[in-house]
Amino acid sequence: MQLLFLLEQVVNGLVLGGYYLLIALGLSLIFSVGGVVNLAHGAFYALGAYVSLEIARRLGFGAGVALSPVVVALLGIAFERFILRRFYTADPILSLLVTFGLALVAEQAIRIAWGAAPLPASMPQAFKGAVVLGDFLFSKYRLFLLAVVATVLAGIWLLLNKTAFGRVVRAGIQRPDMVAALGIRLQPYMTTIVMLGVGMAALGGALFAPIVIVHPAMGAEILTVAFVVVVIGGLGSFWGVVLAALLVGVVRGITTHFVPAASEASMYLLMFLVLMFRPRGLLGERIEKFE
Amino acid sequence: MTTRRELLKAGTAGALALGFPAIVKAQSAAIKIGHLTPMTGFLGALGVYAVKGIQIAAEEINAAGGVMGRKLDVMSEDSVNPATASTKAQRMFEQDKVDVLMGEINSASAKTIMQVADRNKRLFMQIGARSDVLRGKDCNRYTFHVDIPVTVMVNAAGQALAREGYIKGKKIYFLTSDYLFGHDLAKAAKAFCAANGGTVVGDELTATDTTDFSPFLLKIRQAKPDLVATNLGGNQVTNFVKQYAEFGLPFQVAGFNLNTADAWAAGDGNLAGIWPTVWHHELDTPGSKAFVAKFRKIHGQPPENHAWIEYVSLKVMAQAMNETKSVDTEKLIKYFESGAQFDLLKKRNGYFRSWDHQMIQEAYPFSVKPKGQAKDKWDFLKFGAAVPAPDQPLESINPPKSANACVL
Repeated sequence: MQLLFLLEQVVNGLVLGGYYLLIALGLSLIFSVGGVVNLAHGAFYALGAYVSLEIARRLGFGAGVALSPVVVALLGIAFERFILRRFYTADPILSLLVTFGLALVAEQAIRIAWGAAPLPASMPQAFKGAVVLGDFLFSKYRLFLLAVVATVLAGIWLLLNKTAFGRVVRAGIQRPDMVAALGIRLQPYMTTIVMLGVGMAALGGALFAPIVIVHPAMGAEILTVAFVVVVIGGLGSFWGVVLAALLVGVVRGITTHFVPAASEASMYLLMFLVLMFRPRGLLGERIEKFE
Repeated sequence: MTTRRELLKAGTAGALALGFPAIVKAQSAAIKIGHLTPMTGFLGALGVYAVKGIQIAAEEINAAGGVMGRKLDVMSEDSVNPATASTKAQRMFEQDKVDVLMGEINSASAKTIMQVADRNKRLFMQIGARSDVLRGKDCNRYTFHVDIPVTVMVNAAGQALAREGYIKGKKIYFLTSDYLFGHDLAKAAKAFCAANGGTVVGDELTATDTTDFSPFLLKIRQAKPDLVATNLGGNQVTNFVKQYAEFGLPFQVAGFNLNTADAWAAGDGNLAGIWPTVWHHELDTPGSKAFVAKFRKIHGQPPENHAWIEYVSLKVMAQAMNETKSVDTEKLIKYFESGAQFDLLKKRNGYFRSWDHQMIQEAYPFSVKPKGQAKDKWDFLKFGAAVPAPDQPLESINPPKSANACVL
């Protein structure tokens, strides 16, 4: 019986990992292509949540979840074109500073626009409740979330691995100078990657809004987790991020089972252990331009 | 042509004109109130209401001529965390020369500010933090506490729960916030359950930055309790309430701490169960009605309980300064300890208990209105009758002297 309970926590952890993924994958993509650690990533997550509520109030929950990532992704294009682009080749400290500053500005902007008090958000009644499969309990809403995440994940993987677009992006990660020598401008690709990454973060925000408190600082909260996931997985590695997100979810679940008070600390301990033995993260690739 | 002499004359006149008001002003300089409250972090949403509340009180008092003819100057700052709170408190006394300190919601920050007040031998009116130890083991004679301590919250919600039959002979599962306030709440709640014949079958600690409660919800499901009782603080309560509704567990839920703001943030149809509060905007007294109307006019929504408590706290402070005709710490302490009555916009007046400096006042349980009865998004809470009942002494829901380690 004890084992079964533990297994339930492991499965729940996998579901939980699924939604860390939405945020972490975008963060990882933007880093591997542009070499920029985007500290403003959490801000797009928060914006995604707020914009989805704004849309949902007028057009319903489904429209909020579907349209909010599009709106925020458009903002992402402007973010890449006017800010991020200037920092690809600059000292990394500058891009860290500028994205950190942007995260602060975004948080205050949300505070000005929507107020400091948290906004109420709920899911449609149909999503509430849980389904019991065998001995396992799943929240209906989280199963829906998992399906969305799996679809997005498959889409991104296909895009990167099965299309001409993906080939250029992957080449750009390893050998940007060679790609340039072949007469391909990387900039439009970069814009698209940032747009996708930011859109995923916004989708995460829109999807989480019904289950976590929606307040101006929510971006800073999720960024820490996303960053830990990316570091554990290895910056730049697609499957590394996937593996790390699931691992963080599972470790959190198991820790909650045995030492509940340490559940939040467990992922940092995991990061510490992984970095001790694999400083580049679990599946971190050797990327020449960052060495 | 202007002569040198004329220039000098004009200059002197100008200097005099400028200098005189300065002297006149010095005689009625503003009374400075240092106000620290969390405006960011997991209690930040509550602090925003706190600032709004104290501002309305200051404006009212100043519009009516101030205190002893002097204006009140309230300096509100974000207390951030316990270490920063203590640094800012010291700076407010030393550099900003505030006359008194007020504020706080976070119990851990309140504790460090209390130490600063004690060291400086200056007055601190601790408004919003509820941990028992602040007015128990850690009490000091320079601090007065306005908000109800956790024992009172446990009693307010607990008596309602006991009446509905959720305590006696029942299995109760606790979820507790892992910091000073949560620990205190759990301790008081355990004592209440033990005294009323309930069994605590589980008590899980969660970090204050926990956003996902799903692993805990699975454990609760395994434990199959009769009642899930939460001892959580700030954003945690909202997150828990939302996710409890998400998983739709069948067990009765309740909690010993929930601020109106946390309930509002939970969203339509997510909140259930029985909870305590120190004040609510539907309270049927002329004072509360007037305050709610005024707050609605300015901010377009009803005030949260932290707005109310900051509002009455500044009024209490102003009353003490007016009565003693002084801002002197010793005189104010003597006045507060005298058992003076204060209008807290409730049915019964409040007063400070002299031996632990706790404001003694009514509290209320609340539950959730059945679906479809809410008038608007602020209106889904159903407030119960005041605790203690009108024929009981106000002190009866507070920890008695025998159970309180406070020595001033």
